[in-house]
Amino acid sequence: MKIKLWGVRGSITTTGPETAYYGGNTSCVDVWEDGCVLVLDGGSGIQKLVLDNELVTKRIDVLLTHLHMDHIQGLGFFSPLFDPSMEVHIWGPASITRTLHSRLSRYLSPPLFPVLIRDLPCKLTFHEIQNSHFTIGPFTIHTDYVIHPGPTVGFRVSGRRSTFTYIPDHEPALGKNGIIKSSQWLSGFDLAVGADLLLHDAQYTGQEYLKKKGWGHSSMEDAGLFASMAGVKRVLFAHHDPSRTDIQLDDIFTAFQEKNSYTFNYQLAREGMEIILDDL
Amino acid sequence: MPAYEIEIILNRQLADCLSIPVFITDTMGNLIFYNEPAEEIFGKRFEDTGEMPVEQWSTMFRPVDEAGIRLPPDELPLVKTLQNATPHHKTFWIESLQGKNQKISVTSYPIIGRTGVMSGAVAIFWKSNDE
Repeated sequence: MKIKLWGVRGSITTTGPETAYYGGNTSCVDVWEDGCVLVLDGGSGIQKLVLDNELVTKRIDVLLTHLHMDHIQGLGFFSPLFDPSMEVHIWGPASITRTLHSRLSRYLSPPLFPVLIRDLPCKLTFHEIQNSHFTIGPFTIHTDYVIHPGPTVGFRVSGRRSTFTYIPDHEPALGKNGIIKSSQWLSGFDLAVGADLLLHDAQYTGQEYLKKKGWGHSSMEDAGLFASMAGVKRVLFAHHDPSRTDIQLDDIFTAFQEKNSYTFNYQLAREGMEIILDDL
Repeated sequence: MPAYEIEIILNRQLADCLSIPVFITDTMGNLIFYNEPAEEIFGKRFEDTGEMPVEQWSTMFRPVDEAGIRLPPDELPLVKTLQNATPHHKTFWIESLQGKNQKISVTSYPIIGRTGVMSGAVAIFWKSNDE
């Protein structure tokens, strides 16, 4: 399984020289195995994915964790949607009130966007997901709702030999005393347990989180605790706060490392990073 | 053991912030959480008991009507909620730990998340001042 990060910034794009190392594009990751590709989230990073990758398949599956703007804003610039030879499947969390197609149309329609979904020339199919299990090519995918404002899921993507868990927006500590230290009471636990690689929300420092409870994101400390409880092998801290420069991110992470040690490898997610999950 | 649905987890986190007694059960009626104010009603701490099967916790109360006659389980709000997945409310008496009857009101509601499937129920206890 090969994974590439095309966008790891949270909330809004932050293009500029001061964010060039970790990157300013919002959430997008691709996962390849046996010539099959999954695209996780459609943030602004999805545009670079198309430019850099020559697709070897005529089918592409885009899995959306949720429909906040930083996870869908790249869709309007995703070239397979405008290619009549392409079969595009968009998977996203179900809502109790409106269909996925209807909710995405709020963005992909005037006045926010000039092209209507119904006018896209590709063969487009929508799939509503909940606490679901399904397969796409060589991948088995498990999705669960996780704690974040609005319908939001995380993904557990299992290939033939390895498992990648993707939960870029997640606030498992929401509550009076933070994370309940019991796996039964941990949002997202079933998605992450024993994963070879976890990409997880770590937008804030512990101090910042105290002022931003309920905004749907995690501190680095809570991301580390979540990963520890889930017994993952490696972690990428992601959804970097848009106010951070590369230098600030490095300083914050260095200070975090001095105070926290784990049995697993952990690092900051960086745009352009490629990871191959080896046979285990 | 799989994790609970997030609507169950969030109900626990909410209950943990409230000053009124709150019980949370799974769909079988097993008590999976009660908050600190509810510990006063039980006379036990959640940290000590952990989760309790319905057969165990239901015997810790003696719900009676105005005339002191034992109420059958089917008339209790939480039991009704578990049976038909709708909210219920009732005022009745329970025998306190001191053997004195305490008038209480109970409001119960089903926990039904975005999947549309009921994953548990919540009962909120309101102590009545008029005894």
